[in-house]
Amino acid sequence: MENSKNESRDLFPGALEMMILESLRRQPAHGYALVQHIQQRSNNLLQVEEGSLYPALQRLLKGKLVKAEWTVSPSTNRRVRVYQITKNGLLHLEREISSFDRMLEGIQMVLGPQKRNATS
Amino acid sequence: MSWFERIFRRRRLYDELSEEIHEHIEEKIEQIMRLENLSRPAARQAALRAFGNVTLLEERSRGVWQWSTLESILADLKLTLRRLRRAPGFAATVLLTLAIGIGANTAVFSVINSVLLKPLPYPDSNRLIALRLDAPGAGGLASFNSGLAVSPSMYLTFAEHNRTFQSIGLWSSSTANITGVEQPEWVQADQVSDGVLQTLEVPPLLGRWFSSADQDPHGSKTAMLSYGYWQRRFGGDRGVIGRAIQVDAQTRTIVGVMPRGFRMVDRDFDLLVPFALDRSQLKLAPFCCNGIGRLKPGVSLGQANADIARLLPLWMDSWSNGPGTNPHWYEKWKISPNFTPLKRQVIGDVGNVLWVVMATIGVVMLIVCMNVANLLLVRAESRHQEISIRAALGAGRARIARELLLESVVLGLIGGVLGVGVAAAALRLLVSIGPANLPRLSEISLDARSVAFTFAISLFSGLLFGSLPTWKYAFRRRSTLLDGSVRTTSISRERHRARNVLVITQVAMALVLLVCALLMVRTFAALHNVDPGFSDSPHIQTVSMWIPDQLISDSAMVTRTENDITDKLAGIPGVTSVGFAGAVPMDGNQPNWDTLYLKGKDYGATEPPIRFFNYISPGFFHAMGTRLVAGRDFTWSDIYSLRPTVIISENLARESWGSAQGAIGKQVREFSSMPWQEVIGVAEDVHTLGLDEKAPATVYWPAMLRNPYNPQPMIMPSRFITFAIHTNRAGTASLQSEMQQAVSSVNASLPLASVQTMQDIYGKSLARTSFTLVMLGIAAAMALALGIIGIYGVISYAVSQRTREIGIRLALGARKNELRWMFVRPALVLTGVGVLIGLGAAVAVARLMRTLLFGISPLDPLSFVAVPLILVLAAALASFLPASRVATVNPVDALRVE
Repeated sequence: MENSKNESRDLFPGALEMMILESLRRQPAHGYALVQHIQQRSNNLLQVEEGSLYPALQRLLKGKLVKAEWTVSPSTNRRVRVYQITKNGLLHLEREISSFDRMLEGIQMVLGPQKRNATS
Repeated sequence: MSWFERIFRRRRLYDELSEEIHEHIEEKIEQIMRLENLSRPAARQAALRAFGNVTLLEERSRGVWQWSTLESILADLKLTLRRLRRAPGFAATVLLTLAIGIGANTAVFSVINSVLLKPLPYPDSNRLIALRLDAPGAGGLASFNSGLAVSPSMYLTFAEHNRTFQSIGLWSSSTANITGVEQPEWVQADQVSDGVLQTLEVPPLLGRWFSSADQDPHGSKTAMLSYGYWQRRFGGDRGVIGRAIQVDAQTRTIVGVMPRGFRMVDRDFDLLVPFALDRSQLKLAPFCCNGIGRLKPGVSLGQANADIARLLPLWMDSWSNGPGTNPHWYEKWKISPNFTPLKRQVIGDVGNVLWVVMATIGVVMLIVCMNVANLLLVRAESRHQEISIRAALGAGRARIARELLLESVVLGLIGGVLGVGVAAAALRLLVSIGPANLPRLSEISLDARSVAFTFAISLFSGLLFGSLPTWKYAFRRRSTLLDGSVRTTSISRERHRARNVLVITQVAMALVLLVCALLMVRTFAALHNVDPGFSDSPHIQTVSMWIPDQLISDSAMVTRTENDITDKLAGIPGVTSVGFAGAVPMDGNQPNWDTLYLKGKDYGATEPPIRFFNYISPGFFHAMGTRLVAGRDFTWSDIYSLRPTVIISENLARESWGSAQGAIGKQVREFSSMPWQEVIGVAEDVHTLGLDEKAPATVYWPAMLRNPYNPQPMIMPSRFITFAIHTNRAGTASLQSEMQQAVSSVNASLPLASVQTMQDIYGKSLARTSFTLVMLGIAAAMALALGIIGIYGVISYAVSQRTREIGIRLALGARKNELRWMFVRPALVLTGVGVLIGLGAAVAVARLMRTLLFGISPLDPLSFVAVPLILVLAAALASFLPASRVATVNPVDALRVE
């Protein structure tokens, strides 16, 4: 029951992980920076609960798709844990994006252009 | 990352996570304060709102690292334990049954492990062997169990010329009088040669081992102490080395102390004394001692046998039995080495008994498992609906199977833990009873291997008795499960089939065990019916004494002293008769075996057979209650005047002259240089070697006679004697102190030894049979009880399941007797099938235990008829009791059940 609220914001399982990996592919970042980055890039369309980032990061860590290191941030002078994408992470990201593209395409084909026009 | 690394890393992972989240929120707060110019508390609230539920998110992040299968098993485990707590009657029954079953198995396994499986407590003990010699031509001198003993001259020959041994030694159990203390003490003083301690390779705690110098008869006299004697007598004083001790009136210097727990092969001892081997005096005989040796690495028993066989002719060439004797006479004995591992000699034939006991206890464990399986089936049946619903809701078969199996394995393991407690108690009991012929008793313990065995057997039995309900309820077609939950459960043959098979098997196994137990009871009874050749054994006190050369050297004086002591003992109030002999029946002493020539019989080139010799005083037969069949007893005047007289046993008289009466006045002798001796009496046969052995043909010589072995005229007294004292005070402490006073009044330096009643000795000779009997009896009683519980359970459950049907039948006019019979009949059918199967198995098992039986056939008709009857009666009773509940069924209530 507790999960349902979060999952509705998470769009679909794996979407958040995909966005994290994509962000990290551009540059390593710590958790707070990742949230900022995702919110800016999505023009705040995706109302991601900041905390839900952390279970996703732990899953990526466990799967060895990212690695983490503690450093001190030069801008804020705080101890931060900076995540970096691994080689496995890159491969995974590519596979996920292509399967996501296929899925999106499929969904669009089912929904059809009229429906999309109607909503936009 | 391996799983345990992950468990240990978890702590750090969680800490890092918490810190990370904390930093995130702090950063957010600062940013909000900066950008929106809010106060810190307000900014904090906004930051937390944006972040979400911190606790929940942290929990979910941690969840990523957790092991979901393990954690769900733990949850199942908790559920199982809670469920067992809710059914205390069921849990207690199952756990008690299991604890007893597993406990009995663990106890017996521990005995087998300690006695049979563990190596002897010496370094590299697999290279230790017993120098056992076969000598088929030596008659009773070479017993079936231990073969021919080794003579000192053999030992010297073997030790000096062998090529296969690292070391060889000779030892003999013996006793000695310790004097020079306030109370003379009688101790176990084993004699050992050079090479014994070197063979056993246990270093001394203090001082040194014996060496060849110590066995020089003209050298200094030395002795070593056991740990126990060192503690008892010297209070563990480390300065004891070099002190003097009076052993048999001889001063010896203590040169070493052996460590705690060191035993002479399988004997406790107080002192070790070196043999005094005088090469110039040694002869081929006597065959007195135990030989042990340590093989060189890589040498096999066969090579050692061949090596020593080569040395036997050399032995006969090198030594003789005195002038005028033929040293190669022993070729007739056909001596050949038949060495055995020392461990096998120590264990003896107890292995058979132990394996039989292990097998029976294993069968009991199977019955235990079946009973528990039965209980679990009943329980699973009552959970039948719950399981069906779970299956319908999508629980996988594996998930349900896992839960059912988990329950039974948990029961098995808890039962195992309780079982270890039962086993520990049982072993303590066993050691305190101390069955006389169980070797290595002091080494019996619950060690790691026993605990591993318990764990394995608990796990295995848990899986075994759990597999049946699991298979039935998890892996069966679902569709049948939900439909007939109430209305049609009444008669489902299929449902009962598994439990019927269990009952049949239980009955069959119980039958086998009961037959075996009854065979042992019959054996025991048959042994009890053997007339041992003495009577009133509870009222015969025996006590041994040894008069060493150093104490009284004059032979006639020895006998005079023994006579005086006999008279003093007879004067003790309550004593009715006293006599003494070289050995009392069944005490394990065998004074002598030799040939006996009958006058007037032509032996040609052959030797007459070897007979058992004993040396007795007047009155010995009377004190033992041994009847004189013909003739008369010795008198003291016969003995002092050295009259050439002898008494023989009835079987020897019949064999030689056809009747007891016919033997009186006939003449016999030991060998040609001995004057003929007249037979003056014939005594009834005595089972000297044990109740299950035939009474040996026996020759009773007077306690003092002309030494037949020595060419010069010399008198030979009996220096080691055992008194038989007939009194109704036998076994009391007051009698013992009066006996000591009586002996001290004649000679203050003589201690008493081996104080026991004839009943004790008699009981020891029955020890193996009674041990087996008790163990089998316990197993059979458990099997019978479990079988009855099994039948009772099945019928009782059937009655409760068929209450509706009974109600309908009653309402339609069925009579209660017919209804009862409806339940008793299937129980009797099941029992009948079980009995038939069991009889077949029992025939096979009884043949296997033939060596343990005495006086009855393995197919003893009484046992094979009585046991099935007992079982059928028990089954009838066990089914009749629940079946009579039918009478209490009220049709109206029965039909209103729902």
